[in-house]
Amino acid sequence: MTKSALYLATAAGAALLLAGCGGAQTASRDQIRAVGSSTVYPFAKAVADSLAKSGASIKSPIIESTGTGAGMKLFCAGVGVQHPDIENASRRMKKSEYEDCVKNGVDKIVEVQVGLDGVAFAEARGGLGLKLTPEDVYKAIAANPYGKPNTAKTWKDVNPALPAEPILVYGPPSTSGTRDALKELILAKGCDANPEMKALKESDKDQHDKVCTEVRSDGAYVDSGENDNLIVQKLEANPKAIGIFGFSYLEENADKLIGLTMNGVEPTYASISDFSYPGARPLYIYVKAAHLDAIKGLKEFVAEWAKHWGKDGLLAKQGMVVSPDDVQAKNAAIVSSFTLLDPTQLK
Amino acid sequence: MSDIASTRLRRRYAAERRFKALGLAAVVFSGLVLAFLLVTMTANAIGGFKRTELVFPVDFKSGALTVDPAQLQGPDAVQALQGAGLADVVAFAAARHVGDKAAAELNERAWRELADQLIADPTLLQSQVTVSLPVSDDLAGAARGDGPQPMQDLAASLKAEGKLVRAFDWGFMARADATGPQDVGIWGALKGSMLTMLVTLALAFPIGVLAAVYLEEYAPRNRWTELIEVSINNLAAVPSIIFGLLGLAVFLTIFPNFRSAPLIGGMTLALMTMPVIVISGRNAIKAVPPSIRDAALAVGASRVQTVFHHVLPLALPGILTGTIIGMARALGETAPLLMIGMRAFVATPPEDFTSPATVLPVQIFLWSDEIDRGFVERTSAAIIVLLAFLLVMNGLAIYLRNRFEKRW
Repeated sequence: MTKSALYLATAAGAALLLAGCGGAQTASRDQIRAVGSSTVYPFAKAVADSLAKSGASIKSPIIESTGTGAGMKLFCAGVGVQHPDIENASRRMKKSEYEDCVKNGVDKIVEVQVGLDGVAFAEARGGLGLKLTPEDVYKAIAANPYGKPNTAKTWKDVNPALPAEPILVYGPPSTSGTRDALKELILAKGCDANPEMKALKESDKDQHDKVCTEVRSDGAYVDSGENDNLIVQKLEANPKAIGIFGFSYLEENADKLIGLTMNGVEPTYASISDFSYPGARPLYIYVKAAHLDAIKGLKEFVAEWAKHWGKDGLLAKQGMVVSPDDVQAKNAAIVSSFTLLDPTQLK
Repeated sequence: MSDIASTRLRRRYAAERRFKALGLAAVVFSGLVLAFLLVTMTANAIGGFKRTELVFPVDFKSGALTVDPAQLQGPDAVQALQGAGLADVVAFAAARHVGDKAAAELNERAWRELADQLIADPTLLQSQVTVSLPVSDDLAGAARGDGPQPMQDLAASLKAEGKLVRAFDWGFMARADATGPQDVGIWGALKGSMLTMLVTLALAFPIGVLAAVYLEEYAPRNRWTELIEVSINNLAAVPSIIFGLLGLAVFLTIFPNFRSAPLIGGMTLALMTMPVIVISGRNAIKAVPPSIRDAALAVGASRVQTVFHHVLPLALPGILTGTIIGMARALGETAPLLMIGMRAFVATPPEDFTSPATVLPVQIFLWSDEIDRGFVERTSAAIIVLLAFLLVMNGLAIYLRNRFEKRW
């Protein structure tokens, strides 16, 4: 009996020792580490995968999905192997975040816009030709617009200027990233047009999110699966319905569909890239310039992004909205020379 | 017997039968739920252990591939095969036997798998072999009935000719995370879980048992020990995410280099497991009859000898039961590990306790979030692997417990 107890104790001790030994050797790091947005996560994963497949000598990067804000904090915590090399962001770095970075010695940052994320509203050619605003969309498809159950049956109920046709919207299911963009960019915006809701955001954020982003389930909004092509087919069959999907699908099916104006702005590459169209946001990666030479493979990883963000690239296949050509060219230049971010542009 | 008495007796019997029936119903219900869970999981998971592969012959006899056999033994064998143009040979053979369209849908890593086979058995290079290599995620999806129509037609015609098959994917147990469901594997997460559990056990078990022994056998009964007792009981009930925050604030500040490492994960989970071991350990030690201690002390054993020769061996089964419960909970834990950076895409299995890793429950969580439908089956398969790991771990602990079990 004593022996067995002794064995157990030694086994435990040995394991501890092993753990201790492992700890002594990590002075440098041979794996790239990226943190940040869950929207960028699948794209970063695809790029990392392709990098690992192409070159045998580079270890596959570690991509963490922490959310943009939490990722920024980690990214800005300092320079050194214990801090991540790349921040994936689904919005631009804020001025306050940049200042935080500089305070911790991270003053050389390369900003690369890798693509866009956007939701487009569209209908079949010969449809209703609705002129929508985020507020109309919110009132039409929210479960409880401004806290009251949704009773709107036709577009006229939502906004007297719209035709008296029944509301029928085909859109992404709750598991989709496009749905998140819909929530953040359109529904929340339409919801916050009401000052009461804005006040609610301050006092009770959960309740605000519930009222503002929950979508009705009584048939006016139809979850259409992850397959955006299916929505295109449904719209063709029913010209009175409207569809919500990633902007790249609208572009691809321009012969069958027309984009609906939002706040009077048509969804086009130009309007999405200058953000006059409300359903658009850019996706960025931020790279620590100080790590470029120190971390093996980091330069190659950033270059790998540039290889895949084109129109027929891997990332478009994964569902990213491709940046317009001039933005691509500008960022390709940044990637090849690692131009530093100019902090005066940040807000 | 009077009427009243017999009525009362009947009622009592009825109450007895009702209680028995209710108890049985409760057992049957939980059994059914468990069976339903296992059956649906396993049914889904069978598909998850398979992948879609193209079957076609590759003729190495014609001399399309010239590699020095000596090189195949060396460390650069894969590079040598790549240099010799294995990828092109595979693509050419596929295009010839299954058509250009299907050949284009061959997985990018297909030739690497063939390279591994060739390295394992170089005699294949002198013959014509029929290979079964993975296809792209698009074609695999089409074979399942998803995706654009032309691809589905292609999949259907290939299937009818027997060239597109679902084959058991041994590599699933050997690879790590990847982007597509055809490429993923569970070994990375499984190894991460093993390393993490090892650290947890190595920390929580000795500390927990020593704390229990001290509190039961040595500690004086006073306000301080009572306070410690209450704290430990409370600690066992603290939501696990709190431990994650603690790990983030304390361990990652002390060891900033080890973000996402099993070492930090194990330390965080050890905090969570330790109170459970202390509580069960104390109960087990309490249950050892005082006569055993008295007898040992009476024949001249010291306090330490009494504890380590007599009390602890007798209490070990109870302590192990507590350890099983604590470790099982730690194995299934996701929340605290999210805080310390284990919610990550890790495409290479961890090498040691300090390399970045993910664990099984986190991997399951990440895969369940994937958009590609192929991940549904893969997720179920990962759950089965987690359950199997849990069973092995518990089986080992139960075996140890039964070996140490003593009756008096």
